Amino acid sequence: MIELADVSVRSGDYLLEGISFQVQAGAYAVLMGRTGIGKTTLLEAICGLRRVLRGRVLLGGVDVTVWSPADRRIGYMPQDLALFPTMTVQQHLEFAQRLQGASQAAMAACVRELAELLEIGHLLQRGVRGLSGGEAQRVALGRALAARPALLLLDEPISALDAETRQSARLMLKNLNRQTGVTVLHVTHDREDAELLGDVCLQLERASSGRVQAACAGGAA
Amino acid sequence: MSVGMEQQRRAMTGGRRGPIRDAVFFLVLGGLSSCFVLLIVLLLAADLSFTSSAAFAAALRKPEIQAAFRLTILTCTLAAVLSVWVATPLGYLLSRFRFPGSRIVDVIVDIPIVLPPLVLGLSLLILFHQPFPLTQFFGGGGANSAGLETSTGRPAGWILENWMEDSLGLPVTYRWPAVVLAQFAVSCAFAVRTMRVTFDQINPRAEDVARTLGCTRGQAFLQVALPQAWRGILTAGTISWARALGEFGPILVFAGATRFRTEVLSTSVFLELSVGQLDAAVAVSLMMVLMAVAVLLFLRWLGAGMST
Repeated sequence: MIELADVSVRSGDYLLEGISFQVQAGAYAVLMGRTGIGKTTLLEAICGLRRVLRGRVLLGGVDVTVWSPADRRIGYMPQDLALFPTMTVQQHLEFAQRLQGASQAAMAACVRELAELLEIGHLLQRGVRGLSGGEAQRVALGRALAARPALLLLDEPISALDAETRQSARLMLKNLNRQTGVTVLHVTHDREDAELLGDVCLQLERASSGRVQAACAGGAA
Repeated sequence: MSVGMEQQRRAMTGGRRGPIRDAVFFLVLGGLSSCFVLLIVLLLAADLSFTSSAAFAAALRKPEIQAAFRLTILTCTLAAVLSVWVATPLGYLLSRFRFPGSRIVDVIVDIPIVLPPLVLGLSLLILFHQPFPLTQFFGGGGANSAGLETSTGRPAGWILENWMEDSLGLPVTYRWPAVVLAQFAVSCAFAVRTMRVTFDQINPRAEDVARTLGCTRGQAFLQVALPQAWRGILTAGTISWARALGEFGPILVFAGATRFRTEVLSTSVFLELSVGQLDAAVAVSLMMVLMAVAVLLFLRWLGAGMST
């Protein structure tokens, strides 16, 4: 379970204040909000890349507010995917395992499992520069899942895909959530994504006081 | 005449004038641009026409020129390696982090680029021979391994040159390490600029993602950012090497121009000129031109690789 309790976080001059919500373990939560309201900032705060000024971030009941990103076991897939241009697809899938000191056999098993799950077995020896949008997205997902995260943060993962690929990507994301049981927090401004994917839908919105709040817009948060 | 017809007439006459205007534009553009290109070509042609291949070969056979060539290769390479070693972390720091005083550090790093070369040499000389402020109050009598100078008539205090000589056994001033240091002081500034631009062009989010996957900041730098920066590192090394090759003023002041000891190719030109050996001076100059062209071609090749 992920819980944010009265979290405040700053991005330049922009301040997100008093954000509170919780998502049950294994749920697929969709976080919506208009462009520029601070969705990405909030994701960065959750995974430890941005300092939380006030409030607490709890993962499975444990306060991880001041933990380093490496210790949180949170997978993060940014909007631009941020693949590593000097690595092959296989090296992406091995990256987290290698950092955890996994054996060669364990690493190979992990790569096999993820390649099958994400249907990227045929891409393993390729570099990432020539991949299509859909392929790159699956590689980024595999890289994040290889760390066996308790929570997966997806920042507009399918917004850059064409209509046909979007549909298959949605299916893949939902299946991934069901098969691995990983809790997902998916940021989007597309209402269709929220309706088709979300067990829980959260809305970041600006209240009349000017503060940005997270409200439950559907499902059981 | 209707408004529509007038517009049509203007468009037609404007259309006829278009190529003429373009021709004038290209004439001015080409004329101004060719001035500089022509100047460089004329300079090289003048050098080439001044010397013969026999004079060139004779100059290159001189033992002092050969020694200067060897010392140039050694010191330029050392200065370039040191520059890249320092510029890579510094360029990364300036590119990725805003910290108190980061703007000041940014300006300080550029100072050697704009400083007159002789001033830089003089500053190095003073740095190595001036007692450090307040150090006369620490330590006692007798010159010691800390470099405290107590000889009569001279102020006591910690002197860098003495410390280098006594503690490390590496005297610097007027010796080859002074050549390396003088070259490094300038070439490192260029390397830092190059590395900063290199890291600016690398997506920092990839390092962020690496940290969520279990990397420390150091691991993210070494495993994600650095492998992407290899062309920038090569470019920084090449620019540093080329910059070190052309360095003269600081070397003359800080290392001197002693034959077989601190003479590099740039000081060779000066020494040969000062004894009226114009042929040898031009031969060494041409050798430096060839080395510079080789470096430039390598840089162009690197640049082409980066753009693809």
